[in-house]
Amino acid sequence: MKAAVVVFPGINRERDMARTLTLVSGHAPVMVWHAETELPAGTDLVVLPGGFSYGDYLRCGAIAARAPIMEAVRDHARKGGLVLGVCNGFQILCEAGLLPGALLRNAALKFICRDVHMRIERSDTPFTRGYNAGQVIRVPTAHGEGNYFASPETLARLEAEGRVLFRYTDPQGNVAENANVNGAANAIAGVLSEKHNVLGLMPHPENHVEAVMGSTDGRGLFAGLVDHLAQAA
Amino acid sequence: MTHALKAAGPYVTGSPMIPNEPKISPALVAEHGLTPDEYARILALIGREPSITELGIFSAMWNEHCSYKSSKIHLRTLPTEAPWVIQGPGENAGVIAIGDGLAVVFKMESHNHPSYIEPYQGAATGVGGILRDVFTMGARPIACLNSLRFGDPAHPKTRHLVAGVVAGIGGYGNSFGVPTVGGSVGFHTRYDGNCLVNAMAVGLAEADKIFYAKATGVGHPIVYLGSKTGRDGIHGATMASAEFGEGTEEKRPTVQVGDPFSEKLLLEACLEIMAAGCVIAIQDMGAAGLTCSAVEMGAKGDLGVTLDLDKVPCRETGMTAYEMMLSESQERMLMVLHPEKEAEAEAIFRKWGLDFAVVGETTETKRFVVRSQGENVADLPIKELGDEAPVYQRPFVQTPKPPLVNSKDIKHPLKVSEALEQLIASPDLCAKRWVWEQYDHVILGNTFQRPGGDAAVLRVNEGPKGLALTTDATPRYCEADPFEGGKQAVAEAWRNLTAVGARPLAVTDNLNFGSPERPEIMGQFVGCVRGIAQACKALDFPVVSGNVSLYNETNGRAILPTPTIGGVGVLDDFAKSASLAFKAPEEIILLIGETQGWLGQSLYLRDVCGREEGAPPPVDLAAERRNGDLVRALIAEGIATATHDVSDGGLMVALAEMAMASGIGARLYAAPIMIQEHAFWFGEDQARYVVTVRPADAESTIARAKAAGVPVRRIGSTAGNALTLPGEAPILVKHLSDRFEGWLPAYMAGGIS
Repeated sequence: MKAAVVVFPGINRERDMARTLTLVSGHAPVMVWHAETELPAGTDLVVLPGGFSYGDYLRCGAIAARAPIMEAVRDHARKGGLVLGVCNGFQILCEAGLLPGALLRNAALKFICRDVHMRIERSDTPFTRGYNAGQVIRVPTAHGEGNYFASPETLARLEAEGRVLFRYTDPQGNVAENANVNGAANAIAGVLSEKHNVLGLMPHPENHVEAVMGSTDGRGLFAGLVDHLAQAA
Repeated sequence: MTHALKAAGPYVTGSPMIPNEPKISPALVAEHGLTPDEYARILALIGREPSITELGIFSAMWNEHCSYKSSKIHLRTLPTEAPWVIQGPGENAGVIAIGDGLAVVFKMESHNHPSYIEPYQGAATGVGGILRDVFTMGARPIACLNSLRFGDPAHPKTRHLVAGVVAGIGGYGNSFGVPTVGGSVGFHTRYDGNCLVNAMAVGLAEADKIFYAKATGVGHPIVYLGSKTGRDGIHGATMASAEFGEGTEEKRPTVQVGDPFSEKLLLEACLEIMAAGCVIAIQDMGAAGLTCSAVEMGAKGDLGVTLDLDKVPCRETGMTAYEMMLSESQERMLMVLHPEKEAEAEAIFRKWGLDFAVVGETTETKRFVVRSQGENVADLPIKELGDEAPVYQRPFVQTPKPPLVNSKDIKHPLKVSEALEQLIASPDLCAKRWVWEQYDHVILGNTFQRPGGDAAVLRVNEGPKGLALTTDATPRYCEADPFEGGKQAVAEAWRNLTAVGARPLAVTDNLNFGSPERPEIMGQFVGCVRGIAQACKALDFPVVSGNVSLYNETNGRAILPTPTIGGVGVLDDFAKSASLAFKAPEEIILLIGETQGWLGQSLYLRDVCGREEGAPPPVDLAAERRNGDLVRALIAEGIATATHDVSDGGLMVALAEMAMASGIGARLYAAPIMIQEHAFWFGEDQARYVVTVRPADAESTIARAKAAGVPVRRIGSTAGNALTLPGEAPILVKHLSDRFEGWLPAYMAGGIS
């Protein structure tokens, strides 16, 4: 796996992401500065990590979506390359038009850091081949603006096309109001692009990858990507 | 003179060009928080009338907040040394060695006054300031903690303050990217007009790569880094050195505005130029901004400093020298750089989009010279600015010892189970999840024990070494008996670290009191410091950094004396730390430590019986050490399956917390005949822990405790899903949890007044 982690000023989970990618794939990712205009040659996975790019000062992800490196990220996606956006990275992907919808303020109007359960809706994607469809995993969330919103037409289309990849549920896998941590439409925790090569999600699977730290539920996402890329190669 | 100041032209030290407009009047001196005696001292020191800028500089250096003039002589009595202490008090933060060539850098600081005036920004900049103190020393911050005290929940301002302070702490720490892993929250009417926000930051560095404020070498460039200077926070430190009265709201402009985004950039840029070997000395601009940082760097290095204010990056135009010297704009640093590395350092700062400006140089004159628009606006002896600050031996009266509460005089209105249900849903004992869920406590991927336990446990780098962190104080004990209360704050921090299996190493203290000009308040301060000193000595738990916050009073009513202790301990293997949750049914529950049933100053007596009185429980430091050493050994050997210290609310509340954390209940034996039942279950005797062991380990553990001279008592077994006391209806753990978790969210939603 040749991963590139994009570092925008104000991003703060880039170290967590790099550590996890290294742990699971055996290779350290390249850290790519926002002011660059090219990705390293041969990059097969681009990761936009969590944090507060540009302080989230205009609107979460809005400034980062227009950073110099984003043209290269768009290009990579256009060619079918894999792009993973976590938390602020998801917000950036929506602002960049690489994913539909937007992330609003949490319904409770507060930042929430809490372990949540999310159901894997399908396993036949590069991001979820490490899981079974219907499997429920426990991963941390830490965000103030993760309330997924899209027009009714867009939501209907996402559902019809099977592009809702993760949904907030209770531990048994049932959608429930009190399990929807931020009030997201259709309890959406993560969505795919049309070609299934771009994923954005709010929770942090990269923080649940080591048994010694209490949970490996997030590991499957990265292990699945490693398998997928090994097979593709 | 070197390149930096050539353009400014020649000047003569001690030049008579100092402008003295406006004329200094007694009213102006008073407005600067200086007494007539202090002003006379200034005149004697410099031999002429100071300029307005100089008066501002003196007021910034000599206020209580920066000079510790009332507390200094007492702070000197605190133990500050141990073989593992690398840097004690006096630098930006304390530094201790934790082995493997690593050092932990930490400090706690208050932001009480600003948080009361503007809770979000006050608390946010409190976090920002303490983080800067830590990374100024070359450490990457790995955790934040805090200790918060608010007024009576029924007070009309309390909810607003809780909401703003918590959002501010989260808003800054979350964005900066440091996990906020622990803390404490309490309520009392004595904080109605003056909440407390004490923020602690902990960083990790290589032990041989610590950076200090001491400047060396003459003619070296002094570089300004970070955000631009604005008019915010002027006289912030002076505000923090006065009590509140009517018109406090008008002081809002003295509160700074935080920018965690800039601070995150500043962190990365600072660590990068430190790693590149550019830095000789570094000091963050905190209280009293440019003034304090420049004077400190020069004075510590026995050097003079010349600043040219025309070079200072400003956010707004037309700022006077006076305003620039007193601005407390956030996210700024001052450094002395190796001259040959200046260009490299500048390139790194430009990459991070931060301001970089050479604003002065070190000189051999030992004078602090400030130039603005071609003239000297200040020219002062730099050592004396700090060293000759007044030091006061304030008169104090010892707090009279309160009478002991005679347990026979206490009427118990509720059964034990009913009292437990009430206590667990009280403001002080209820779950603080509503607070800590607003803090990112998992970022960096090393938080092993999250908030809600006795102490937070972090993995250090890739492990197996771990750190345990806690903040503690019991203000009602300190009010009743400052000496015992001071001891207790230290003992409880030590106990909380021990309860997770850590070896306690050192503390930072944040001493919050009322006006030192009142002898009874000064008596509280002196008593608490004596107690802290004695406990730190007895427990080998030195004070390596700290902060004093005085004048915490409004309209003559002081806060409860609140000496917050931030404790740091180390674990050989974080994965072997203990937690408070019961682990399995049918394990044996042991109570370690002696129980008399001490109800004086207990939460039970206050909240259930309505009597806030009596002497607090005495702290036997030898027993603390003996009992704690045994518990730590039981954890290390894997014999203790769950451990919890017994503190607020006593034994019954401790057991309930262990049950609620696990969902497993307990079958408890009756209280011993010699002790009244409520006193046994709710007394707050010190030096106690609840430990569970597997049945096969029970007898040997009891024998071992007895051999070590540690009182031990078998009090029941884990079992089922309810707490069961003989003669009372079982209480479902789920029912307790609902009450425990329910109070704070309901209160914040406005459901409880």
